[in-house]
Amino acid sequence: MDNVKLKINGLDVEVPKGTTVLDAAHKLGIRIPTLCYLREINAIGACRICVVEVKGARSSVAACVHPVSEGMEIQTNTEKLRQARKMTLELIVSDHRMDCLSCERSLRCELQTLANEYEVDQHKFANLNPEVDDSAPHLIRDNSKCILCRKCVAVCKHNQAVGVIGANYRGYKTQIGSPFDLPLDTQPCIYCSQCVAVCPTGALSEKYDHKKVWEAIANPNKHVVVACAPAVRAQLGECFNYPIGTNVSGKMVTALRRMGFDKVFDVPTAADFTIMEEGTELIKRLEAGGPFPMFTSCSPGWVKFCEHFYPEYLDNLSTCKSPQQMYGALMKTYYAEKEGIKPEDMYVVSVMPCAAKKFEITRDHQNAAGIPDLDAVITTNELALMIRQTGLIFEDLPDEDFDPAFGIASGAGHIFGVTGGVCEATLRTVSEIVSGKPLEKLEFNEVRGVAGIKEAEYDLGGKKLKVAVVSGTANAKKVIEDIKSGAKEYHFIEMMACPGGCVNGGGQPYQPGYVRNFTDLRALRAKALYREDAPKTALRKSHENPVVKEIYDSYLGEPGGHKAHELLHTSYVKRTVY
Amino acid sequence: MYRSHILVCAGTNCHSGKSDKFIEYLDEKLLEHKLNEEVKVVKTGCFGLCAFGPVVVVYPEGIFYQMVDQAGIERIFAEHVLKGRIVDDLVYEESKKHGVIEPFEQTDFFRKQVRVALHNCGVIDPEDINEYIAVDGYQALAKVLTTMTPQQVIDEIKASGLRGRGGAGFPTGLKWSFAAAEPAGKKYICCNADEGDPGAFMDRSVLEGDPHVLIEAMAIAAYAVGADEGYKYVRAEYPLAVQRFQKALDDARAMGFLGENILGTGFSFDMHVKLGAGAFVCGEETALLTSIEGNRGEPRPRPPFPAVKGLFGKPTVLNNVETLANIPRIIMEGADWFAGMGTETSKGTKVFALGGNIVNVGLVEVPMGITLREIVEEIGGGIPSGKKFKAAQTGGPSGGCIPAKLLDTGIDYESLAQVGSMMGSGGLIVMDEDSCMVDIAKFYLDFTVDESCGKCAPCRIGTKQLLEILEKITQGQGVMEDLDTLKTLSTHIMENSLCALGQTAPNPVASTLEYFWDEYVEHVVNKKCPAGMCKDLLTYTILPDKCIGCTICARVCPVNAISGKVKEIHTIDEKCIKCGVCVDKCKFDAIIKV
Repeated sequence: MDNVKLKINGLDVEVPKGTTVLDAAHKLGIRIPTLCYLREINAIGACRICVVEVKGARSSVAACVHPVSEGMEIQTNTEKLRQARKMTLELIVSDHRMDCLSCERSLRCELQTLANEYEVDQHKFANLNPEVDDSAPHLIRDNSKCILCRKCVAVCKHNQAVGVIGANYRGYKTQIGSPFDLPLDTQPCIYCSQCVAVCPTGALSEKYDHKKVWEAIANPNKHVVVACAPAVRAQLGECFNYPIGTNVSGKMVTALRRMGFDKVFDVPTAADFTIMEEGTELIKRLEAGGPFPMFTSCSPGWVKFCEHFYPEYLDNLSTCKSPQQMYGALMKTYYAEKEGIKPEDMYVVSVMPCAAKKFEITRDHQNAAGIPDLDAVITTNELALMIRQTGLIFEDLPDEDFDPAFGIASGAGHIFGVTGGVCEATLRTVSEIVSGKPLEKLEFNEVRGVAGIKEAEYDLGGKKLKVAVVSGTANAKKVIEDIKSGAKEYHFIEMMACPGGCVNGGGQPYQPGYVRNFTDLRALRAKALYREDAPKTALRKSHENPVVKEIYDSYLGEPGGHKAHELLHTSYVKRTVY
Repeated sequence: MYRSHILVCAGTNCHSGKSDKFIEYLDEKLLEHKLNEEVKVVKTGCFGLCAFGPVVVVYPEGIFYQMVDQAGIERIFAEHVLKGRIVDDLVYEESKKHGVIEPFEQTDFFRKQVRVALHNCGVIDPEDINEYIAVDGYQALAKVLTTMTPQQVIDEIKASGLRGRGGAGFPTGLKWSFAAAEPAGKKYICCNADEGDPGAFMDRSVLEGDPHVLIEAMAIAAYAVGADEGYKYVRAEYPLAVQRFQKALDDARAMGFLGENILGTGFSFDMHVKLGAGAFVCGEETALLTSIEGNRGEPRPRPPFPAVKGLFGKPTVLNNVETLANIPRIIMEGADWFAGMGTETSKGTKVFALGGNIVNVGLVEVPMGITLREIVEEIGGGIPSGKKFKAAQTGGPSGGCIPAKLLDTGIDYESLAQVGSMMGSGGLIVMDEDSCMVDIAKFYLDFTVDESCGKCAPCRIGTKQLLEILEKITQGQGVMEDLDTLKTLSTHIMENSLCALGQTAPNPVASTLEYFWDEYVEHVVNKKCPAGMCKDLLTYTILPDKCIGCTICARVCPVNAISGKVKEIHTIDEKCIKCGVCVDKCKFDAIIKV
């Protein structure tokens, strides 16, 4: 591609044609502040915070969308621009409910950060007292804090192909909502919460359940157990200023114990069960000749997407419960029995990177003991808050191990949190079961990486196995449409609602646009989990997990057998779009 | 040959005055008197003098009848058509000014006009393609298709100096050349007939009065840039325009001016009509294209410009109705002819919708460079009721207010911008001494706050804050610091908004601050509205020496704020809502507002 030469703040730079001013400046180490811009997702030049001066231009231009051209002379930080950004911020703040002391996004809010940086006078303009709207079910939309950057609208439409939100009304009355302002739970929202993950202010936040958990912990009659999804340990550190991609598993376990949980278990252990069940299901389908492709079912956002938009493919969804639900089911059956605790006296909590998991525990056929498998789901963000509320100095905590009764997990179980991980874990187990001999190489590199759609073909005891790994439901839509039209054929597809998988889930710590725009969060976060599955790790295959073996031997019987089916499988419902 | 033609205006205004019934009536009567071979009734587009509609013009005399009703048309038929006697009391006053009845073309309103874009409006029957063809319609298309290369067409338009009439004034030929320079493939020609400025109706007039000129112009543009498909984006509030344009499309298609292999030249072009829901912002080119695509009408950042990446991501030329209406004449008469009119930088003519406190309310087309004074005092007939001119607001809701001292400003893109206003699409509202300029600024801001699309922060919130401050001032709550904030905020919005709507929305505030600063100060410091418009700053008082105690004021007061016995002096108490009814009803000028 052709390069163009230009000057930014007097410095020469050469970049490919079509590069934005923002990127060209970044190359020179110049930071131009942004609010509404999100790389590859939202480039609409709406917030006007990234305005810069281009010599000869009539008015200022938005650096996030303005392409550079040969000989351009740009200023990014004149006094005039600083005043302009300041005034735009003052205008935005005038339309913002100033709830900063207790706002969920406080200290991580991009508006707050910029307001501070630009010494905004929050009383410059009259505050127009916007109203609160918290009618949505799984998340809270507080439009009184919305700055109309439209990032949520863009991820919902472009990344997720769901599109249940958009701009309603016009001008000053503009607000983001569902069509005709209907409540979100009447819409085909898949609860992935990607919208929450990109909201630069506190306008969108997960619904918090940590208070229920504190109550259970305080209740002496409850046996409170907790387990953490793999992706949580990879991201919790971000809440305590660790570099992105730091695995803080040991400190997290210690923290949970000190918070008062009776037992601290691990969701990857449950993921190993999922592999046993899902692998068995795949083998059975291969024997029976279908139905193909078999879709994984551990991502509740994806499951709901399938139910709404592709109900004709429900038979293709694996009937396996997600690892979270398998964990809950085994807690209230096997574990309760073994420990001599009544299932009703158990309080089962999971820590998840995902707000859709809060919906998953309310689904039908997620009640192995006759009562819901889980009692509460908290997100990584809620866990961080609870750790702070406990008064723990996180970085000073010693490392501890999970409780062994349900705390030993294979490397395969850990990589569940990354796109491609479920597929790789399944392949390890299925290959060895089908061929009857140990794999020489455990890495299935074809299904690794952050690409939204990955394809591979493997030889499975002489049979070809075509697999795909998909993350982001817009990609899921693309793949299913290809299957529908006959353009593609697969046996097994790992589906994750969130781009990059659970490490990029909607319940993960907020990373501001500026970080997301110039780093690949998905890849950085994934690294922390692949380290748990490093080649030197002793246990890397689900079927070799001693806990798994023990529970099947002593309680469940055969994988895919009658009891396993009763406890570890579920059903789906057809849903409509409107 | 007919001995006489009766032109009946069928524009929206006259149409709503039942002018269609006049046509039925005349046709019926002519048949009855066996005059249908001698006298022809023509249903035409708008003459421009809408305030005096319904309009009927009788040729060859050129007698302009105003405000005709059913009784009037019966008299015109019985007297003028049958007996040759002019119905004096129905004749347009201005044409009687010199003691004799002159043809309407001689009157001040029409004399100074030069009709290029409105050439056929009020002349031909817009619903009859043959009438268009009879006035050389589709000749220009034939000329370009058979004798000119696309480049020659672009060069001709460039040489004419034609600039976009939608407001920004971008050179039309240059715009075409950008789209033409894009690699061959799918390209679009779009016509902006959204006309969102309140009070402006020149586009509607062309659509209703001369729809074929637009089809012809779009086909010429398509040939020039290599497009084969077009869209006309027209607001749904223009039902008559839509209906006539649709008929014109059908007729043009049937006669081979649209569709495959036009005039046997191998060139193909066809178009669709897309109805807009009336959002002001959809007059902005990228918002309009976004709306055609089926999305919420919001502007998108430029570059890429539509000529490179427009409708559905393809190279697109978007021209305004009035711009296009000039094209066939330029092709036929030549670029030099067109460039011979106007000023150094602004060629040709411009249509204005004259409104407000002016005698001749209506549409006028004048050569560029004409002064505001000529338009207001001569063509417009001045201010009614002998009041004084205070300001002229040009360019629609985002234009600026031009004070009396600048009345000799020549009308062209640059000079209007220089005085803090703009050409816009050509609204021209005249205000007399009774207009409060703070109130006027508030009025326009109220409009732009409503019509801002809500996408970018400076426009969405900034205009709202401007309005809040203006409201505060008109309510007597303003402080001097507010005036500084108005200034800096106006500049901020203009310099930092995403699209032209925001970049121009503060014009009414900025221009009134500039030219009527004292009036603002009066509101803020003395809590007085010199024009007597801002209710919160007024008190109604009864002058004891003039009141005779007739009780009329007390009886008409809707809130019983006036008390007093018969034949005794009345007083107004604090219940007064300042509606002004008492002032209007008092026969003794005994009530004043201070």
